[in-house]
Amino acid sequence: MSNTPAILAEGLQKHYGKTQALVGLDLVAEQGSVLGLLGPNGAGKTTAVRILTTLLRPDAGRAEVLGLDVVKHADALRARIGLAGQYAAVDENLTGYENLEMFGRLYHLSGGVARRRANELLARFDLVDAARRTVKTYSGGMRRRLDLAASLIISPPVLFLDEPTTGLDLRGRLGMWEVISTLVADGTTVLLTTQYLEEADQLADQIAVVDHGRVIANGTADELKAQVGGERLELTVTRGGDLDAAVQALRPYSSGELQVDADRRHLVVPVTRGAQQLAEVVRDLDAEQIPLDDLALRRPTLDDVFLALTGRAAEEAELPAKTAATQPLVRSTR
Amino acid sequence: MNSSAFRTAEILKPQARPSLYWTFADALVLAKRHLIQIPRIPEELVFATIQPIMFVLLFRYVFGGAIAVSGTTYVNFLMAGIFVQTVIFGSTTTGIGLATDLQRGLVDRFRSLPMAKSAVLTGRTLADLIRNTFVVIVMWIVGLLVGFQPQGNVLFWLAAVGILLLTSFAFSWISATIGLAVRSVEAAQSAGFIWLFPLTFASSAFVPTQSMPAWLRTFAEHQPVTLIINAVRGLLLNHPDASTIWQAIAWCVGILVVFIPLAVWAYGRRTAR
Repeated sequence: MSNTPAILAEGLQKHYGKTQALVGLDLVAEQGSVLGLLGPNGAGKTTAVRILTTLLRPDAGRAEVLGLDVVKHADALRARIGLAGQYAAVDENLTGYENLEMFGRLYHLSGGVARRRANELLARFDLVDAARRTVKTYSGGMRRRLDLAASLIISPPVLFLDEPTTGLDLRGRLGMWEVISTLVADGTTVLLTTQYLEEADQLADQIAVVDHGRVIANGTADELKAQVGGERLELTVTRGGDLDAAVQALRPYSSGELQVDADRRHLVVPVTRGAQQLAEVVRDLDAEQIPLDDLALRRPTLDDVFLALTGRAAEEAELPAKTAATQPLVRSTR
Repeated sequence: MNSSAFRTAEILKPQARPSLYWTFADALVLAKRHLIQIPRIPEELVFATIQPIMFVLLFRYVFGGAIAVSGTTYVNFLMAGIFVQTVIFGSTTTGIGLATDLQRGLVDRFRSLPMAKSAVLTGRTLADLIRNTFVVIVMWIVGLLVGFQPQGNVLFWLAAVGILLLTSFAFSWISATIGLAVRSVEAAQSAGFIWLFPLTFASSAFVPTQSMPAWLRTFAEHQPVTLIINAVRGLLLNHPDASTIWQAIAWCVGILVVFIPLAVWAYGRRTAR
């Protein structure tokens, strides 16, 4: 059992009419790990989650969660997973307590267990004061917490979170991250979709970058960042005339091609031991009497990764991807 | 239970019971979900009763004087039509509610739970049946206030109410199928209503079918809503006709036999998009 991956998908395909939502998606998540599906809107992340949570049947390929086939053993699987979606899927005319108790009953817990678990979760999610109010009166963050609480009723070993922080403010997002980290520390396997590169970086052990219905890159955040190169020093000299002297001074530190932007008096220097070299660089430039406006050690972000992989930024990708969803995408016979 | 309380020490297992038990138990849990909401959204129930009251006033006082019926007063003739129209129009809430659940992602959550698949639908249709029962009682009282005098005996009247509730339940399942087939709440609203207009107005609800042109009369006299209205009217006015009653019941049962499986099938394949 412990060697069975918690989540396994092989060659998943799904189309809606002429739109190819998934064109052969492969995923693996080890038990107790966090797998982040990162991609723009319309990339196929939600479709993948719907297949893995038994809501949709794939057209081709297969998927297992905890060793249970998502099509053949759908009923057994539903008693072992939790799902929290993009919407807070709770009934807004019921109170927080009534929602959790109802979902507990629908998980076929006894009345007593459902009530006890509802109270436990309301307390843990800081919703005790709001427990007897209808959800209509809740803030967006409170609704999302209640939605997440509902997905944790049976303590599922595998949890699917479809864009859990979309639309939340910073505080709400940090709170959600903390909860997810706690769950993972307790051994829950989490599959998380997100459009936020920072979020995947923060939470996921493994990241699968999804674009146009397939995984275009796979690995830890560090591995993905390594694909677009290492750290670099970025500096801006005060006087344009110093630029050549600065290039001469920095060449020994560079691990590759220096980039010079004369108009902005800007230099980009690829480095390998950035943190240690930073002090030496400052000393050298000072000795040459080259004053600086700005100096920074920059590490590649997942934004850079996305740009390198797809040729466009993740945020920009949103618009074309939406248009693409109404048109036939790449037809693949894979 | 560990320190975080997000999780319990062990996964909480579902109780083992036969699936038939869950078919009913889950439906009751969801019927309760809808019933406890009714007093929280009073305006919905108020509007659900105001519309038929308007029809009563309109036909009783505005059009009624110009419509000739034989053997009874116009208001006595009218009320059977009003009752049937009320339960049929009232049944559209089933589909609108389901479309709303779909849009809000609640259907996705329900479908990810190990619950009986039919329960989301039976729970809602049951709750709508109870809601419609209440509206029928209100309309009965409104009828009495404007001069409605049911004839015959209480048994006949109870039989009439029984047919009304069967009708309400049957049309709820058609409404459910429509609500699951369309793409939005707005579409569920209009698609759920539009086809009911010809059925309720080209019927014996407000005027005797004899006054209609021959082509329309042929349609009106053979369509189910007229049969149901005639069955109810006969029971309320002390001239029940067994054949009409059985035909009305047969239509309702037929609708249920076709639309229950159809709605369950549609539910099984719909997710929010």
